[in-house]
Amino acid sequence: MTNKENQRHSLRYLLGSIIVSMAFLLPLTWVSNADARPKEELVIGITQFPSTLHPNIDSMMAKTYVLAMTRRPFTVYDKNWQLTCLLCTELPTFENGLAVKERTPKGGLGVAVTYTIHPDATWGDGTPVSSKDVVFTWKVGRHPKSGFGNMEFYRSLYKVDVKDAKTFTLHFDKVTFEYNAINGFELIPAHVDEINFSDPANYKNVTAFDTDSLNEGLSFGPYMITNVTAGSHIELRPNPTWWGKKPEFKRITVRVIPNTAALEANLLSGGIDMIAGELGLTVDQALAFHKRHGRRFNIIYKPGLVYEHIDLNLDNPILSDPRVRKALLYALDRKTMTEQLFAGRQPVARTSVSPLDWVHSEEAPHYEYDPKKSAKLLAESGWKRTVNGVRVNDDGDRLSLDIMTTAGNRTRELVEQVLQSQWKKLGIEVKIKNQPARVLFGETITERKFKAMVMYAWISSPENVPRTTLHSAHIPGPANNFAGQNYTGYRNSEVDELVELIEVELDKSKRKKLWQRLQYIYADELPVIPLYFRANPFILPLWLEGVEPTGHQFPTTLWVENWHRKM
Amino acid sequence: MTRHLIDRFLQSAIVLAVMSFAVYGLMGLMPGDPIDLMLSADPKMTAADAERLRGLYGLDKPLLERYGNWLAAALSGDFGFSRLHAKPVFDVLLPALGNTVLLLGASFILSLVIALPAGIYAASRPYSKSDYAINFLAFAGISTPPFWLALLLIIVFAVEWGILPAGGMGIGDESQVPYLVLPVLSLAIASIGGQTRYMRAAMIETMRQDYIRTARAKGLKESRVILAHGLRNALIPVVTIIALDFGMLFSGALITETIFAYPGMGRLIYDAVMGNDFNLALVALLLATALTLLGNILADIAYVRLDPRISYKGGKKN
Repeated sequence: MTNKENQRHSLRYLLGSIIVSMAFLLPLTWVSNADARPKEELVIGITQFPSTLHPNIDSMMAKTYVLAMTRRPFTVYDKNWQLTCLLCTELPTFENGLAVKERTPKGGLGVAVTYTIHPDATWGDGTPVSSKDVVFTWKVGRHPKSGFGNMEFYRSLYKVDVKDAKTFTLHFDKVTFEYNAINGFELIPAHVDEINFSDPANYKNVTAFDTDSLNEGLSFGPYMITNVTAGSHIELRPNPTWWGKKPEFKRITVRVIPNTAALEANLLSGGIDMIAGELGLTVDQALAFHKRHGRRFNIIYKPGLVYEHIDLNLDNPILSDPRVRKALLYALDRKTMTEQLFAGRQPVARTSVSPLDWVHSEEAPHYEYDPKKSAKLLAESGWKRTVNGVRVNDDGDRLSLDIMTTAGNRTRELVEQVLQSQWKKLGIEVKIKNQPARVLFGETITERKFKAMVMYAWISSPENVPRTTLHSAHIPGPANNFAGQNYTGYRNSEVDELVELIEVELDKSKRKKLWQRLQYIYADELPVIPLYFRANPFILPLWLEGVEPTGHQFPTTLWVENWHRKM
Repeated sequence: MTRHLIDRFLQSAIVLAVMSFAVYGLMGLMPGDPIDLMLSADPKMTAADAERLRGLYGLDKPLLERYGNWLAAALSGDFGFSRLHAKPVFDVLLPALGNTVLLLGASFILSLVIALPAGIYAASRPYSKSDYAINFLAFAGISTPPFWLALLLIIVFAVEWGILPAGGMGIGDESQVPYLVLPVLSLAIASIGGQTRYMRAAMIETMRQDYIRTARAKGLKESRVILAHGLRNALIPVVTIIALDFGMLFSGALITETIFAYPGMGRLIYDAVMGNDFNLALVALLLATALTLLGNILADIAYVRLDPRISYKGGKKN
């Protein structure tokens, strides 16, 4: 065989192999755009898959988002932040007589609150939602081994009286202003899950919500779950027993795409119809998307209750001086920062209380950008001279602080750099020492190992009393095995008292005054540097209407039956 | 051979035991626990709740005691529950493993089908234009970052042309095949380059041997010289590489799975480690280790098949 023949033979061999390989790529016949999807179907993109579908085990937005379509809490805050009934017929109050103060068996002051379940409320398998479910849920919630996360509600709820199949009275051992808000009291169907509670310690492993997720008897909302493909998507179809307004979409698929760049690509290619604001893009990502594709989508930015802030370690000798803390805040031009980075979509925070919350106070001190005032305060607190651009005190100590945040969070890293440069202008040296979220939240913050400043966010709810974050009894330390979330180490007896008074004050005007005082002290003493309230960007198709972001912890899917195509 | 295999299986069992302790220990050394993460997400959670949950999940016990309990249960066939997924470990693991085997298996086969012939062809015409072209493409494949390639494929095939889905899995009755094309391509392109280079180097080395010259002198067809004499000998080092890659078939491809929203082992293991899901992370990592070890044992068997001079009775025959 000649060289030429050899070459020809080898070439044929290579081509043959490539043709065989291409056979793997042949099925390129996919029709991948939203136009091909039936009009009564909707695909939503989110970034996280729920770890469990049990409504009371683990707190997770992905789960809340999906379950809001399949069930309804008794009470929630609506889009106007007003407490309202979803599963009950009338919100109990002292005024309408459905809430009554009473003595508890231990002699304390408690409250009895009577609710009536909606008469047509029925589980997906036809079993009526009843007081039996209420009692069962209460039993599971009170059991220390059931796996419920926050049990404070169940500890306080010491008795349930059943009046009839639909009416029941809850007896609480204290009277707080939230006496009628049972937002977290999510019903479990006794007729399905009671059998799984025979061994309470094993309940979290065998509950029907995770072992039999497609069971129709688990849903009583407008939709029921019809398919769960772990890590990929959850499919929902209308629940035939739903008593409310009939939903328009015949199938809703919640598709999980953890990478936000891929999430955008899926939206553009028609793989998904919309990106949920609750678990989607960050504001800066959405703004970039808006510039490129804004005309093709309806983009809604809804500021909410996620409070980005910097916790200060008040045991740090530099930060223990309130004048330094104020100087740090005067040195920051937060307004320009949010305008430049977030196009003004994320409002500057005055305190931890959102401007959308009715208890928000405009009277709390506000720190406009004022470098002169900052320099004056620093000089007063002993940081007068500047050596190589950094302020020093009379002992020659440098005004140098560490700042930490979650490594890899692009937005926070960007903000951190802006803050660092603004502080540098005032001679404040700030060193960035970021850590992965796992380490930061797993140890550094929870054990107060940050030396000076740590930037992260708190997620709260309307009129959220900051007991665990501000009360001096909640400072983590070896004595309490690092329990509590007052990570700054803030101690103020008046704040402790205010927190306790607010919780039990029923008169709204009196409570508002207490809140005003609390916010005033918070802003005046600055145990924390308030930055901004995060906004959620909802990226919706132009043809979709009825999605109404709330700004609080309750997702838009709680009102999914109102979603419809534009006429 | 049987004796050798028994020895290798025993060695593998020891490696697995050591690995289980090492993985459990390393995870235990990571700062914090899942309850700390819950606390940081919920300002209303009380210290009493945190302590109760630690007790419930056994996180209040010393690490060694926890490992001992896990080992005793695992030896009796109970691998426990995944804390993150609220399901028995294997109920979580097996679907992800199936997805990963499908994804990585397809890309593995595709890359071999392209890389081996390309390597052989390049080696049969060393330093020719076609050799340079294949080498250029191979180096391009090796040096292309997988996440970039994945995004590029999505932009071209899904966003611009709209002929393939950008990721995920088929919903309802949809075929899964279109959803596999881009991730398979992305993974295959990344590995074709390396495998082509291995194959080419091994073939060039083999084609210089005396027995190849003898085969040609006997007047054998060039195809027979290459395939029967050259390829068979050149495959031995390539089989070692393939055996090592075999383990990766089961441990997943984190970046590709994340970008293509594909629920495979890579994402599962990552989430389990970051979420301190000890049972799931441990069993998933041990499974990947066991399959890598199995791949190596299969490679040992393949050596004997490919090279009759190799025997595990008395070493290499002369």
